[in-house]
Amino acid sequence: MKERLTSSILYLDNVHVAFDGFKAINGLSMVLQPGEMRAIIGPNGAGKTTMMDIITGKTAPDAGDVFFDGIVDLTKQDESSIATMGIGRKFQKPTVFDHHTLEDNLLLAMSGKQTIRSLLFSHRHQSETEHINSIFETIRLASRRNDLAADLSHGQKQWLEIGMLLAQDPKLLLIDEPVAGMTDAETLETARLLREIARDHTVVVVEHDMDFIRELDVKVTCLHEGAVLAEGTLDHVSADSRVVDVYLGR
Amino acid sequence: MTLFSWPNRTENFVGVGTKAALLALAVFAVAITFANLAVPVGSALHIPDYIVALLGKFLCYAMLAVSLNLVWGYCGILSLGHGAFFALGGYAMGMYLMRQIGTRGVYGHPVLPDFMVFLNYKELPWFWTGFDQFWFAALMIMLVPGMLAFVFGWLAFRSRVSGVYLSIITQAMTYALLLAFFRNDMGFGGNNGLTDFKEIFGFELQSRETRAGLFFASAVFLGLFVAITAFITASRFGKLLVATRDAEARTRFLGFRPEKVKLFVWTLSAVMAGIAGALYVPQVGIINPGEFAPANSIEIVIWTAVGGRGTIIGPVVGAFLVNGGKSWFTGLFPEVWLFVLGALFVFTTLFLPKGVVGTVREAWTTRRSTASRVTKRNEGCIQTKNGDQTQAVAAE
Repeated sequence: MKERLTSSILYLDNVHVAFDGFKAINGLSMVLQPGEMRAIIGPNGAGKTTMMDIITGKTAPDAGDVFFDGIVDLTKQDESSIATMGIGRKFQKPTVFDHHTLEDNLLLAMSGKQTIRSLLFSHRHQSETEHINSIFETIRLASRRNDLAADLSHGQKQWLEIGMLLAQDPKLLLIDEPVAGMTDAETLETARLLREIARDHTVVVVEHDMDFIRELDVKVTCLHEGAVLAEGTLDHVSADSRVVDVYLGR
Repeated sequence: MTLFSWPNRTENFVGVGTKAALLALAVFAVAITFANLAVPVGSALHIPDYIVALLGKFLCYAMLAVSLNLVWGYCGILSLGHGAFFALGGYAMGMYLMRQIGTRGVYGHPVLPDFMVFLNYKELPWFWTGFDQFWFAALMIMLVPGMLAFVFGWLAFRSRVSGVYLSIITQAMTYALLLAFFRNDMGFGGNNGLTDFKEIFGFELQSRETRAGLFFASAVFLGLFVAITAFITASRFGKLLVATRDAEARTRFLGFRPEKVKLFVWTLSAVMAGIAGALYVPQVGIINPGEFAPANSIEIVIWTAVGGRGTIIGPVVGAFLVNGGKSWFTGLFPEVWLFVLGALFVFTTLFLPKGVVGTVREAWTTRRSTASRVTKRNEGCIQTKNGDQTQAVAAE
């Protein structure tokens, strides 16, 4: 067992990434403590999604350290192994398996660690059914469990995908723009859902919607041009004149 | 590939349709064999030998379509080179049949097949060793296509080659093999391939009983392949296959390794195609490089599309429909068959994207669920009126 290098669950230090000369991430440093929920804001092109790509192994950084749980160097892992070690990600565009029922979507989400042999031959365990039931209770889609995911509304797909994250039972959840395209009522419902999840998970939420961020009531990090511009409560961050400048484009 | 939209529903259990189809296949196989062997010639119920031979061929084509459906219908890998695995299995069987000829060849050489004597071979090439034993040939029938598919798939899936690019390289693979097998110094009979077979397991290949036996064996293997498909698609692995087909990148972020998933079905499918080829060769009496022709592989895609990819029995139905049509048509107007085939593919793509079986199944499920859908819709309307957005809660 390796010595923990830090007590944080996620540790990014001076990370750099450039695409064809464009510096998408430029000296980003951020620390997340276990159990924390953090909101990330920032204008378009600030590097929010690229940051998620780096943490989940989709993009390799050019320089800098990325550590998970104090011991795992994420820059040396691929998507599948990062997912199995406990980082779940919800994409900006909801990606659920349209041709499967809601229940099968959750079932697949919790099977990521299984071998091909066990996927072929093992039967569903009682504990899996219980886990699925409890997730349906959390995301409030129990009545739709036998419907195809394709038949869900946009907002319901977002909830299903959050449910799939829970099914993975991750230590860290990365949630990219969960309320984009949602109605006000759906947005409120999503905020409730995330607060409930944050009680026993570490969560990072990327979002544009300030009302939603206010509803979450958590520490906010504002990114700009690939680095941290300001950090603190939403009131503190939005009072920062530089934040106002980048949002208004002055 | 978004040639078609995917079928709406995938089976999540061994369905009634599959069981009925397996039963029908068993009845069909027994009835045809009986009507050929036990019913006297001249009786109205007698099935002549040439029909048995034709149906035996169709059964092998159906096996091939079932194997393609496993990768294309359920995993989205459009192979335009499945004929290569079929032909390799066929060649392995052909090599065994060649060795069975013994001294009865034209040249009467005790070891060397005729074409080798003709081409001045002094001894049997090393890769022909062991093919006088059926167990070895049977192993090679599965191992050669399986290994080729494994290496090919390992390289392609690991590099995340997919979609049209993968289809094109599968086509290139079968074309490369076509050219290689045409060469005389490859040691597989070149242009003429392997033919003039005499015996299989010591039985006369030309006898009615042997031919009926081969027909029956083909039916048994087809049933087995259909059952394997039903088992796989009903398992959690089958759900993962469909998920990989629809959103491969997403499965990675759940911790799956889609390249392994694809490699497994791809290799299994190639082994199935190889077995189909091995049963085909003794029934038609020849294997030559023409079986590697890219057009053959494309025909398999058409059978599968017509019958219904992503359905368990669709490919069987498609293989029989298209090949039945081909036999009938080429008898009447041989020149126009290729145009008919092309038109059939266009028609299927435009008007029957789910294939025959997919369309029938959809109509059936829609009729059954209409009543419950209507009730659900009404509930939905009431909730919207109340301004309640969290439908699910209220519906509970």
